[in-house]
Amino acid sequence: MDRFEKNAIVLALALLFFFFGLVVYAAKALQIEVPTCLTGVNPFQEGRVIVLDEGAKRYQVNLLARMWNFEPYEIRLPAGAKVDLYLTSRDVVHGLRINYTNVNLMAIPGTVSYARVRFDKPGVYSIVCHEYCGINHHLMAGKIIVE
Amino acid sequence: MSIRGGLRFILLSEIVFPFVLLILGVTLGLLQVLQRAGIIKSTSYLGIEYYQGLTLHGTINAIVFTTFIIVAFSNAMVMFSLKRSLKPGVQWVSWLLMVGGTLMAAYAMLTGKANVLYTFYPPLIAHWTFYVGVVLLVVGSLVPFFFDWIPNYIAWRRENPTGRFPLPVLGVFVTFILWFIIVIPVSIEILFQLLPLSLGWVEEINPLLARTLFWFFGHPLVYFWLLPAYIMLYSILPKLVGGKLYSDPAARLALLLFLVFSVPVGLHHQYTEGGLSAGWKLWHAFLTFMVALPSFITAFTVAASLEHGARQRGGKGLFAWWAKLPYFSREGDQWLFSYFIAGLLLFLFGGITGIVNASYNLNLAVHNTSWVVGHFHTTVGGLVTLAFLGISLYMMAKLRGVEVKAKGLAVAAPYLWLIGMMVFEVAMSVAAFYGFPRRTAAGASYIDPASPLYHPEWYFWAHLSAGGGAIAVLGFVAYLVSFLGTLFARPVREPVVEFPMAEALHDEPVPLLSNLRPWLTVSILLIAFSYTYPIYESMTKGITAKSPAYNDRLPVPLKQTQTEASAEIPR
Ligand code: HEM
Ligand SMILES: [Cu+2]
Ligand SMILES: [Cu+2]
Repeated sequence: MDRFEKNAIVLALALLFFFFGLVVYAAKALQIEVPTCLTGVNPFQEGRVIVLDEGAKRYQVNLLARMWNFEPYEIRLPAGAKVDLYLTSRDVVHGLRINYTNVNLMAIPGTVSYARVRFDKPGVYSIVCHEYCGINHHLMAGKIIVE
Repeated sequence: MSIRGGLRFILLSEIVFPFVLLILGVTLGLLQVLQRAGIIKSTSYLGIEYYQGLTLHGTINAIVFTTFIIVAFSNAMVMFSLKRSLKPGVQWVSWLLMVGGTLMAAYAMLTGKANVLYTFYPPLIAHWTFYVGVVLLVVGSLVPFFFDWIPNYIAWRRENPTGRFPLPVLGVFVTFILWFIIVIPVSIEILFQLLPLSLGWVEEINPLLARTLFWFFGHPLVYFWLLPAYIMLYSILPKLVGGKLYSDPAARLALLLFLVFSVPVGLHHQYTEGGLSAGWKLWHAFLTFMVALPSFITAFTVAASLEHGARQRGGKGLFAWWAKLPYFSREGDQWLFSYFIAGLLLFLFGGITGIVNASYNLNLAVHNTSWVVGHFHTTVGGLVTLAFLGISLYMMAKLRGVEVKAKGLAVAAPYLWLIGMMVFEVAMSVAAFYGFPRRTAAGASYIDPASPLYHPEWYFWAHLSAGGGAIAVLGFVAYLVSFLGTLFARPVREPVVEFPMAEALHDEPVPLLSNLRPWLTVSILLIAFSYTYPIYESMTKGITAKSPAYNDRLPVPLKQTQTEASAEIPR
């Protein structure tokens, strides 16, 4: 292999390691993590919002996805709310992204996906189901209203 | 090499048959951009529902078309490189399995019995003919590798004990070894989970395990599409520009690195699901970055080969030589250049957006949004499709013994496609920053100003993507005119199997780079290491309950709808 080729390979590797380093930095230092395997949380049969600590604005949201809506459909939270979000499905695979946050989860029956999120800015955060789940999939949406 | 009789029919039909389907597939693509933008308001058009059409679009374009063209190209390339004829018996078995399987799956999709999209995630379940059809297609595509190309290679080796493994044949072998490895997990998923569930032999299956097995197949699948295009870039493209392949060892190294790294990466499609440990997802992310390395090497080799060719044509300067490439040439075989260069330009964006997808936590910003759709229309819908369209037209003309007709249109087609797909890609990428989802008949809800679900911030981008899609379809129409003209032209010479083949500029033999065994061993060890725990986790800790089958119509398990009168179930 000639010199240019070796340089190209070294450069490509350096770039890839740099990118991967950034990913690890974001995960470990900035705590932007993807969901992991939860043990000890059983899939729930109904969705609801649980107030963990009103003063500290800590909430737990159990979000249940099913053909073709979310339960609860509309969630009201105060600005600054810190939320532990658990998501599961009652029937087929669904998914959601909460707009303008880093929350992006799949809802797979039998498993629970988890994300932690803070809502600092008041406003309406729309949720849409982003995994095909049957004929009315495009009607499956919800929202979080932060006030 | 001349070719006639049954073999010629087989190779020709392996090109023409998927094309007939691709016309439907691309038409459905056009309907999708229109329906997503709300230009067509109804979710059902021409008797095809949106998600039924999307299943057809994904399956035909990404599974059927690709597999057929890859088999046809590999058949021709192995035959041409080893100078040995193929066995008609083997080819007929393969042909019957592939065509039969495709027709079965097409039946299920066209009758609306398989509205499950091309990823067929359970517990949504399709009619059994869909699954059996897919398996037959895949098995049929492997038959020539085991019963034709390997025996031919062994015979060739006996006659050429010191000859080097021909580069394109090495490429085809890497492609099909990879294909064979990944067909195993998806066959397990289909034969032990989906098919029994579909037939009612079992009540429930594990949907998480099914997903893990699917993506064990699903990501390497993209290299099954991509590698034949790379083989063309290495062995054909340099010749078209009148130059040489810059480096033969670098090309081999890239192919072999794909063999090592391209399989144990599937969890990068599962970053956002619970049930799998984040640590293993990060490991797969790392390997995904590693599998980008051979693509970087390829980018260098291809650019260097183009530069070498351009300098032979009088190109000068640091960058000025780019102007010397035959972008619009219609001379001889040079029209084919336009397909590769347009594909490569699209693939530049495909590579960059792909690294974003692979980036673990950054994936949270784009997973299942329109970003992903933009991404893979510049990869499989970009370089792969254009290379396959080009080579199909080329092979078809040779197999029929005719000149390519309407060459002007044939040269314009890839550039129209390039422009259209770029617009499409940009629109879909930007829309994704505002959360525009994929796999969604958005025109009937989110893009409809009259709907309570209206999202005004997606409106413009959805329309722009429709414009881009329409331009790309125009490119396809231009191609089709040339393709049909060539298909029905009167033969003027012997039918042949033939490719323009480039020599290498740097060509020192490196024995390790012609020997598949060590690389395959490392590959298998790496796969075993990377998948043992995730599969174990998918079967145990990750999941607490199995799921019964559903269809796309009703929010209750299928069994229940069959036992109770389905009319009584509220919708
Ligand atoms: C002009 C041509 C094309 C147009 C306008 C087009 C348009 C689209 C659109 C809008 C979607 C997204 C639908 C949605 O997520 O709701 C889509 C999905 C897709 N397209 Fe294309 N497409 C074209 C050609 C191709 C080609 C040539 C290929 C592959 C060889 C391809 C492969 C796919 C795949 C695999 C999907 C994903 C299906 C799924 O999510 O299940 N497309 N296409
Ligand atoms: Cu859904
Ligand atoms: Cu992938």
